Amino acid sequence: MKRINWPLWLGFLLSVVAFLSYPLVFVNWASTRDFPWANLILFALAALLVFFGIRRAFAPDRRRLSKIVASVIATLSVLIIAMFIFVAFVASRWLPASAGAPQVAQKAPDFSLTDTSSKNVSLTELLSQPIDGKPAKGALLIFYRGYW
Amino acid sequence: MRSIQQNLAKFNEVGIRPVAISVDSPEASRDLCQKSGYTFAFLSDPKLEAITKYDLVHKGQGENGRDIARPAEFLIDASGIVRWRMLTENYWVRARPEQVLEAARLLP
Repeated sequence: MKRINWPLWLGFLLSVVAFLSYPLVFVNWASTRDFPWANLILFALAALLVFFGIRRAFAPDRRRLSKIVASVIATLSVLIIAMFIFVAFVASRWLPASAGAPQVAQKAPDFSLTDTSSKNVSLTELLSQPIDGKPAKGALLIFYRGYW
Repeated sequence: MRSIQQNLAKFNEVGIRPVAISVDSPEASRDLCQKSGYTFAFLSDPKLEAITKYDLVHKGQGENGRDIARPAEFLIDASGIVRWRMLTENYWVRARPEQVLEAARLLP
């Protein structure tokens, strides 16, 4: 009778879920985005399940094929975990130093750009247009990568 | 962006106008605003004019090796002076609205 090595497959599935849930789910809240602790917990559980799956596969009564499958799946799971660590902690820090960015207490460079109705808007205008009928106290410039 | 939209009433209350800037075209930003329900200003900087002035160019990171902006936030007061800024070291970590609002409340 064929016995399914469920800890192995469940662990593999969980590692995929742990990877995808960061960009799809946990990135939406600052508390789970700034440090991906929720994903690390899921990965820890996945690693534990895969570990038990490997132990099961290498029991004497198991066939050779099940040992091979377990080794491949375990390797894939480890690669997924490594990839997540790389994306979340290494590649995410590859940002330009921006040493020339305006510092606190410095004058912010003026600019004129097009808004979504294709009108030209300058920083000076953004700072002088009233908000809800009251004079604006300032502006928050949010530079982002864009969606192209 | 979503957290800015969620806190827009608070930003209005303290007199701060959020302005998003990227290399996206006005059409792409309009689609994004419609799809995501953003009602604050989105500016298009395809030639990286402002992005270069603020030294935020991230070379070759966009589609087909195009230059784009690295994430950054600046709080500018009414006289055009930078009062607070965040140049994140980690792509995933961005300014939280609470941080900005706290800095904004200290403005004259």
